[in-house]
Amino acid sequence: MTLLAFFIVNLAYGQSNMVLIKGGTYIPLYGRDSLKVTISDFEMDVYPVTNSQFLDFVKKYPKWKRSKVKKLFADGNYLMGWKSDTELSEKQSLNAPITNVSWFAAKDYCECQGKRLPTVDEWEYVAMANKELPDARALKSYNAYILEWYETPKTFNNDIGSTFKNYWNVYDLHGLVWEWTFDFNSVLVSGESRKDVDNDSNLFCGSAAVGATDLMNYAAFMRYATRGSVKAKYAMKNLGFRCVKNINK
Amino acid sequence: MKPSNSPFILLVAIVFLVTSCINNQKKAYDNAADIPVSREMIAELTPPPNVPTPVGVRKAKKLIVNMEILEKEGTMTDGTTYNYWTFGGSVPGSFIRTRVGDEVEFTLSNHPDNKLPHNIDLHAVTGPGGGATSSFVAPGHEKKFNFKTLNPGLYVYHCATAPVGMHIANGMYGLILVEPAGGLPPVDKEYYIMQGDFYTKGENGEPGLQAFDMQKAVDEDADYVVFNGKVGSLTGDNAITANVGETVRLYVGNGGPNLVSSFHVIGEIFDKVMVEGGSTINEHVQTTLVPAGGAAIVEFRVDVPGTFILVDHSIFRAFNKGALGMLKVEGEENKKIYSGVIQEGIYHPEGGGIQAMPNGDDKKPTPVASKTLAEKMESGKQIYMKTCFACHQAEGQGIPNAFPPLAKSDYLNADVNRAISIVLKGKTGEITVNGQKYNSVMTRQAISNDEVADVLTYVYNSWGNNKTNVTKSQVDQVKSSH
Repeated sequence: MTLLAFFIVNLAYGQSNMVLIKGGTYIPLYGRDSLKVTISDFEMDVYPVTNSQFLDFVKKYPKWKRSKVKKLFADGNYLMGWKSDTELSEKQSLNAPITNVSWFAAKDYCECQGKRLPTVDEWEYVAMANKELPDARALKSYNAYILEWYETPKTFNNDIGSTFKNYWNVYDLHGLVWEWTFDFNSVLVSGESRKDVDNDSNLFCGSAAVGATDLMNYAAFMRYATRGSVKAKYAMKNLGFRCVKNINK
Repeated sequence: MKPSNSPFILLVAIVFLVTSCINNQKKAYDNAADIPVSREMIAELTPPPNVPTPVGVRKAKKLIVNMEILEKEGTMTDGTTYNYWTFGGSVPGSFIRTRVGDEVEFTLSNHPDNKLPHNIDLHAVTGPGGGATSSFVAPGHEKKFNFKTLNPGLYVYHCATAPVGMHIANGMYGLILVEPAGGLPPVDKEYYIMQGDFYTKGENGEPGLQAFDMQKAVDEDADYVVFNGKVGSLTGDNAITANVGETVRLYVGNGGPNLVSSFHVIGEIFDKVMVEGGSTINEHVQTTLVPAGGAAIVEFRVDVPGTFILVDHSIFRAFNKGALGMLKVEGEENKKIYSGVIQEGIYHPEGGGIQAMPNGDDKKPTPVASKTLAEKMESGKQIYMKTCFACHQAEGQGIPNAFPPLAKSDYLNADVNRAISIVLKGKTGEITVNGQKYNSVMTRQAISNDEVADVLTYVYNSWGNNKTNVTKSQVDQVKSSH
């Protein structure tokens, strides 16, 4: 009972429910030793933004209503499935992650909370943790979990918190929905992923051939490919977001 | 004189103009890129083993192809499912039929429920990535691009999104045929067959939803090698058919991702093979090589009736991993070409006694829990399909003059203990089933008592038999008796 109460309180104050991520250095999938990336300390939302939270946001900022939104900032899939501008459909759970939102909408949502979208590196840095380890990428079970999710249809309507709490006390980085990142297109996977292996290209190679540190981490390849396939105005049924915040010292 | 001449000259001139115009249209274009297109046409797309209507003599057109990508669970073999990624909902994807000079307007739509981005590389495309560069599309979106078909031939298409091998391994491939001007010569029957290799966490036959196994894929250690996406897609009721005297053309592709196919039809010789799907024609061929990411067109006339088995003649794949299909030919026997059995007898160089293959698999424990009839039926069906199907056939109909029927079988229904005994110990010699005499050998079946109970229950509860529910203790009893 107390646990349930705690959970409800958590959700109600979800916007302020963040945890500290201690920065560090890591090698991204597409990197080499010379391409280590250093991450500063920051705070991250414990859960992805929910339908309920986004509903409040839309009510407060009518320019993000489905009927009002500018076509430049959101395509025809934006908030698809909602019954009206301010109502979900019966099938959608209030505590499921918001999906079918564009990058512009996600970015604005975070900024309105005094936050921002995570960078790809920040997101990947936190998401490489499992329950016990900050970097679990080498573990078979870590990859197996993610891949099993990829093969499970319609996870977008599951409630937040229904996957696992990772090393940083962050939930649902794997297992519910893809998440927008601030610079989602900075690591380019072009449409022709086999072309991206050119050695003169410093960008990510989607081909799983050259340039990646862990050729077996194909879950991550699929994540980068997904980021490469979207444009900022796109909205997708399996794509949501969460926010992060700088730490002011 | 003059006035009467001029209409004639005019007529001649018109005839000349008209014919020269026709001649112009019939002339072969040195460069297929110059072939003009007239009118639009929506392409007919078909799931395997069907192919769209031949192009015949139609002129080059703007051909509109609309293809949808669906990620969906399907059956790999009885009891085993797999998450397929598909072009058009089938593995292999929908067959596309064009002619040289067509201007194809290709729209690739990625279903909103899908998790992943995809694209398409058509080997029939002259251009970057075979179209992959222009067709990379996120779920819930679509992309459109155009290409002109420059070379006649049979071409593979596939997804080329990272990790490429995985997209292909999950079933994202198919065939696009580019016919020459005037079309391919007409035949009686045409079919679409495409091989693919699959890599699953569990070994071949392990039940349940099986995940993709990247390590096995990298090691090229396939669990399933199949035609048209699953075990049994071309056997039993799904077999392709023809009549004696007809000419059959098979469009054979190989999606890979890894294995090269040695395509063979048991009991037929290919009259013609369009080698690698191109213009070279080879004749009188037994087995043709189909590279991964390649194709071949084979043609043959069927002269005698019977079931002709399609295999990858890298033969363990056929009988142990699924690469097996059937062509059923109906019609008049032709004893001159093939006699059938003329005489049959028992040959015992080492004296009597029934021979059994060593099994070495006795250690497998079987659960003792009592099963429901439905569970027994399910398990029994699987055992039947593995062990009994080849002789007694899918519907228990048997094979005339060789193997007795199990369907509505008076012999079977008369005595359950005798039936158990035959499965356990084998049977040699003449028996009469439904008024027909059979004289053949059934070897002892190396399956557990539990499995004997299941398979016999399945047989007794199928095809109009007397619905006996055979228990394991019944089997135990028969086994220990003499």
